[in-house]
Amino acid sequence: MARMTMIEAIRDAMDVCMGLDENVVVFGEDVGYFGGVFRCTHGLQQKYGRSRCFDTPISELGIVGVAVGMAAYGLRPCVEMQFADYVYPAYDQIVSEVARIRYRSAGQFTCPIVIRMPTGGGIFGGQTHSQSPEALFTHVAGLKVVVPSNPQDAKGLLIASIEDPDPVIFLEPKRLYNGPFDGHHDRPVTPWSKHESGEVEAGRTVTPLGKAVVRRAGSAVTVLAYGTMVHVALAAAEDAGIDAEVIDLRTLVPLDLDAIVASVRKTGRCVVVHEATLTSGFGAELAALVQEHCFHSLEAPIARVTGWDTPYPHAQEWDYFPGPARVGRALIETMEA
Amino acid sequence: MTDTPRLSLHVPEPEVRPGDTPDFSNVAIPRAGSVPRPEVDADPKSMRDLAYSIIRVLNRQGEAVGPWAGTLTNEELLEGLRDMMTLRTFDARMQTAQRQGKTSFYMQHMGEEAVSCAFRKALLPGDMNFPTYRQAGLLIAGGYPLVDMMNQIYSNEADPLKGRQLPIMYSSREHGFFSISGNLGTQFVQAVGWGMASAIKGDTKIAVGWIGDGSTAESDFHAALVFASTYRAPVVLNIVNNQWAISTFQGIARGGSGTFAARGLGFGLPTLRVDGNDYLAVHAVAKWAVERARRNLGPTLVEYVTYRVGAHSTSDDPSAYRPKTESEAWPLGDPVIRLKNHLIVQGVWSEERHKQTEAEILDVVITAQKEAEKHGTLHAGGKPSARDMFEGVYAEMPAHLRRQRQQAGV
Ligand SMILES: Cc1ncc(C[n+]2csc(CCOP(=O)(O)OP(=O)(O)O)c2C)c(N)n1
Ligand SMILES: [Mg+2]
Repeated sequence: MARMTMIEAIRDAMDVCMGLDENVVVFGEDVGYFGGVFRCTHGLQQKYGRSRCFDTPISELGIVGVAVGMAAYGLRPCVEMQFADYVYPAYDQIVSEVARIRYRSAGQFTCPIVIRMPTGGGIFGGQTHSQSPEALFTHVAGLKVVVPSNPQDAKGLLIASIEDPDPVIFLEPKRLYNGPFDGHHDRPVTPWSKHESGEVEAGRTVTPLGKAVVRRAGSAVTVLAYGTMVHVALAAAEDAGIDAEVIDLRTLVPLDLDAIVASVRKTGRCVVVHEATLTSGFGAELAALVQEHCFHSLEAPIARVTGWDTPYPHAQEWDYFPGPARVGRALIETMEA
Repeated sequence: MTDTPRLSLHVPEPEVRPGDTPDFSNVAIPRAGSVPRPEVDADPKSMRDLAYSIIRVLNRQGEAVGPWAGTLTNEELLEGLRDMMTLRTFDARMQTAQRQGKTSFYMQHMGEEAVSCAFRKALLPGDMNFPTYRQAGLLIAGGYPLVDMMNQIYSNEADPLKGRQLPIMYSSREHGFFSISGNLGTQFVQAVGWGMASAIKGDTKIAVGWIGDGSTAESDFHAALVFASTYRAPVVLNIVNNQWAISTFQGIARGGSGTFAARGLGFGLPTLRVDGNDYLAVHAVAKWAVERARRNLGPTLVEYVTYRVGAHSTSDDPSAYRPKTESEAWPLGDPVIRLKNHLIVQGVWSEERHKQTEAEILDVVITAQKEAEKHGTLHAGGKPSARDMFEGVYAEMPAHLRRQRQQAGV
């Protein structure tokens, strides 16, 4: 075990995979010599050489496109989009190619690639460094979608993703890179070194895809969250004094429906939270599933707390971000409904 | 089989890294005045060499020489010097303001001031730029108020963009400055569309697209060239090659192509390469390309050879990937000093007047800053309203947003 930031844990995961499997290659914008603008790949080029970790031209479509070709050959590319907000030039490759190669070639070709990208808000990054585009990927058949909420999971899930036979979109909540963030932006930041989930197992540690985890057991209401919002939900339950059961989904596709259903059947109430915009967000999918599977246990309407349906603003970041006050209010309303 | 050589991957690397001695000996710099100036209506096929050379006007002695000289009066050059000095001072103040927590982010132009400042002077009212974040000189040289730029940077209550945009992502339709996108490259092809619209409407306005060396790798760049070439759009397409894209040296985006300018040759575009630190050369080339577009002779691709002296942004520290003294070794010098020396040689300027002007400009910038700060900074004082956040998503606010605004209680 070692104390790590989420950045170090992500780097460690790639390091472990590159050490175990020489087919694993890592590349992206500023990823090689410099080690990435968030330093997630720092040192990998020095350790594994320029053929296995390198800088690319600024072309997201190029990065994903060549990854598809490499994967078809038999490599396992783990590529970086500098920000999730910049993935869109690669969207055609991801939707029309990455997601469907296995299906359309009847398994002759596969696409075991990982596309990592920093996601989410909380850093005053404005509309082009704050987006949460997970629903644009969960909507595409053939992709797996992962969102860790702490260093140990980031490492375990990234190793699982790199070893997975199918393509994985790996969303890294950048506000969690250096420490947990519960939405109380006016309070001092806790670094991961002072937090229990900053403790990361050494070597090849795998967190299986498709397994949610209960972060806080409770009996009053189930909160479904992922990424930064896990920490916000925990704070909201504490602040509002509500015995919420907070579930960290960890992977959105495949989804741990059993864990969700077991919890909602127990509590009879459900609040879904995410940073992304409301309309057609992943919360809509979760709410639909909960009512399909738990209708007779529900004692209140399912509530959603999300980003507003606007582009991500700059000055109004804390009016936009679904912080603990808004989540707490939804918890109370759901209890009173 | 044993004779077949094993393949290996080629990954370009810069000549030097931190700790090494800066070396630009591979950058071929032609003598000032030595590159010919084709007629504006010349056949692009006749000027292919210009994609591999560097048009320069100012020589080492500070004299303006050769066929590209003489597009500006001394009066105009003095104004240009003032523009560049203003931009540099503005940058220094805003960089510090960011460090003081008055805004979240800043990007400066150090070393590249001549490119946007001189280009702006070749345009007419009504023309439209599609800039990147490193062309604030277009605004300053175009007379846009400094205080409005600062209000935007501070995201304060007087921010013309209502706090919605990241600092420095200005927009001013009135000043021919299209809304800046954080997503690289998108504007380059949009400039072509604006120019095509002007042609469709039988207008006289032209468009200018801007892009960095690194961003030429995006598909938008290639789409811009093909559309511009096919429709002979009235557009000037500018590549600002400042040698770096964050930590990535220009060789990664350029690949095996001799120069960025040479990318235009395959599209049959007239393609010029110019000393980006030479205010006179930038203006002369801009004037040539703008005239070509205006006379319906079609698009021009221009590469400005310059150097990003500062960090990429306030989030970057270049000492991690390039030698600290690299900017001092840059062979094309500093644009402000070069124009200053030229004006001294012309007998219309002196070191004393330069110093005095520096102080005057600092005063002007500080006055603007005080004015802006009366309206607040990012985390203190007047703010744009949370209501503003819900406005302008659509022309008319749909019911679901009105509901959300109510829920937000603003
Ligand atoms: C589509 C997209 N990909 C990546 C980025 C992240 N990014 C911002 S600036 C930059 C480097 C751009 O370099 P260059 O085009 O040379 O312009 P310069 O900063 O040197 O002016 C990168 C990679 C982005 N903003 N948009
Ligand atoms: Mg550049």
